[in-house]
Amino acid sequence: MNEQASLAPVVPQLIGTNLRTRDFRTGSVFFEYYKPKLEYAWDTGKAIGKFLAEMKKGRVAATHCSKCKRTLVPPRIFCEKCFRDIDKWVTLKDTGVIETFSVSFVTWDVKRLEKPQIPAVIAIDGATPGYGFLHLINTKDWKALRVGQRVKAVWKPAHQRKGSITDIKYFEVIE
Amino acid sequence: MRKVAIIGIGALKARPKSPELSYKEMTYQAAKLAYQDAGIDPQELQSFVTLAEDIHEGTSIFDEYTPDQLGSAQKPMHTITHDGLVGLADAAMQIASGLFDLVVVEAHSKASNIKNKADIEAYALDPNWVRPLGIPAHALAALEAACYIKESGVTEEALAEVVSKNKGNAKSNHLAAYPKSVTLKDFRGSTSRCSPLRDIETAHHADGACVIVLAGEERAKANGAIPVWIQGFGWATETSAIDSKTWDKAVYATAAAKKAFRMAGIADPQKEISLLEIDDTYAFKELQHLEAIWIFERQSAWKKTLEGATAIKGKIPVNASGGCLGMGEMLEAKGLYQVHELVTQLRGKAGKRQVENAKRGVALAWRGVPTSSGACLVLGRQPQ
Ligand SMILES: [Zn+2]
Repeated sequence: MNEQASLAPVVPQLIGTNLRTRDFRTGSVFFEYYKPKLEYAWDTGKAIGKFLAEMKKGRVAATHCSKCKRTLVPPRIFCEKCFRDIDKWVTLKDTGVIETFSVSFVTWDVKRLEKPQIPAVIAIDGATPGYGFLHLINTKDWKALRVGQRVKAVWKPAHQRKGSITDIKYFEVIE
Repeated sequence: MRKVAIIGIGALKARPKSPELSYKEMTYQAAKLAYQDAGIDPQELQSFVTLAEDIHEGTSIFDEYTPDQLGSAQKPMHTITHDGLVGLADAAMQIASGLFDLVVVEAHSKASNIKNKADIEAYALDPNWVRPLGIPAHALAALEAACYIKESGVTEEALAEVVSKNKGNAKSNHLAAYPKSVTLKDFRGSTSRCSPLRDIETAHHADGACVIVLAGEERAKANGAIPVWIQGFGWATETSAIDSKTWDKAVYATAAAKKAFRMAGIADPQKEISLLEIDDTYAFKELQHLEAIWIFERQSAWKKTLEGATAIKGKIPVNASGGCLGMGEMLEAKGLYQVHELVTQLRGKAGKRQVENAKRGVALAWRGVPTSSGACLVLGRQPQ
């Protein structure tokens, strides 16, 4: 294929020399290749630590600020609005409402998917309206999915849970 | 320009590990201490600055994750990838310019969460002509140490004294992570990873969080508490070219201090400064920095140190807090812990390590290997 010709409509007059993949392979262009090694083990802390521990037990943990009366999930040990310590922990239901969703036909690294992945923000029942978390929806009929539909968590079996947001496999529509 | 003061400080005890708290929770706790100390309602705060480096946090675009724990959601906020002292200068300028009255600066370290520090440090080296050699970043500090020690005639005893003094000072600082009594024998017995640097003269990482509240003159005076005034600041980078930078002298420190001292009206640094918090990530750095900012003549910092001039009871106390050697190396938070100490000292609240008649303090931070970057801050009991 004539690369010059294919580029022509976009950049009519290229100044200089075009580089081709083979120029890099054969070493006629100098470059340094480096793959960084980045390893972290983040402390989850009190709030997310407890949230994950509760996930392992199949429960959704939240915190409550009695000043602004908000119930926060995922939980935090401070209320960012009132800037004070939260007052208590509460356990919420594993049901909620779809706030927003997308039907995604590619993975995060842009591989094509036959069965779409459906990221959705779920407002969890019992939390302050509009509060919840991002998760996945599993449905046979994604074309029928609507904002505002009620959903319920489908948990992994207890022995497979390890204290992670993925201890919930996905949410499914319940009505 | 409007005068600017520090009206509140808050810091967590530095520790080698902090598994029970997330960085957000640590910052929140330090902020709560600082806001209480300042006697302000967090709702009054107007602008916020965080110092953080994505690669240290393990999250890119880290500035998105900073507001909640400071109470700054929906308020002006930004993050700088530099040492805490640069953030403090930024906040001071926001107030001096008349833009805001109350500004918060925050930095934290979760160094314990980085599982491959050597790789992260190597990642800071130039990818084309330094990194491919495969040397540890730490070796660059050793090259500097070798050059400085030779040029200045520094003895082993003097380096051991820096370590012994700083780790010793840390024993009366409840915030310090590495207090210890160190003898010359301990020093000589310490292993060496890259000569001439021994393990014992290298600061070890620690986790922590520090928050500082700044206010304009009127607001600071109305506050009731004793303000500590920002008299001057400066920051500078020599060059990033390892092949042509200065190896014996800390040129960045000289350039940063020159600006800060001029702004503060300091004509004779030896006489007009009561105490200093100076970067001592490596013991030789304390000596090199002291000479760079005119506290001692060239080639004399080590002798003065052996004479006890830099001890808490000495003529010009240096690192009464314990410095990085005693406190711990806290990534971007290093400079803010220096400020925390100076404010405590200038308020006369440093307890057993209180420097007598502390009127003016200077902080000098270095950005660490492989940089030739630093920042300087002058604080005083009077606006100038
Ligand atoms: Zn609240």
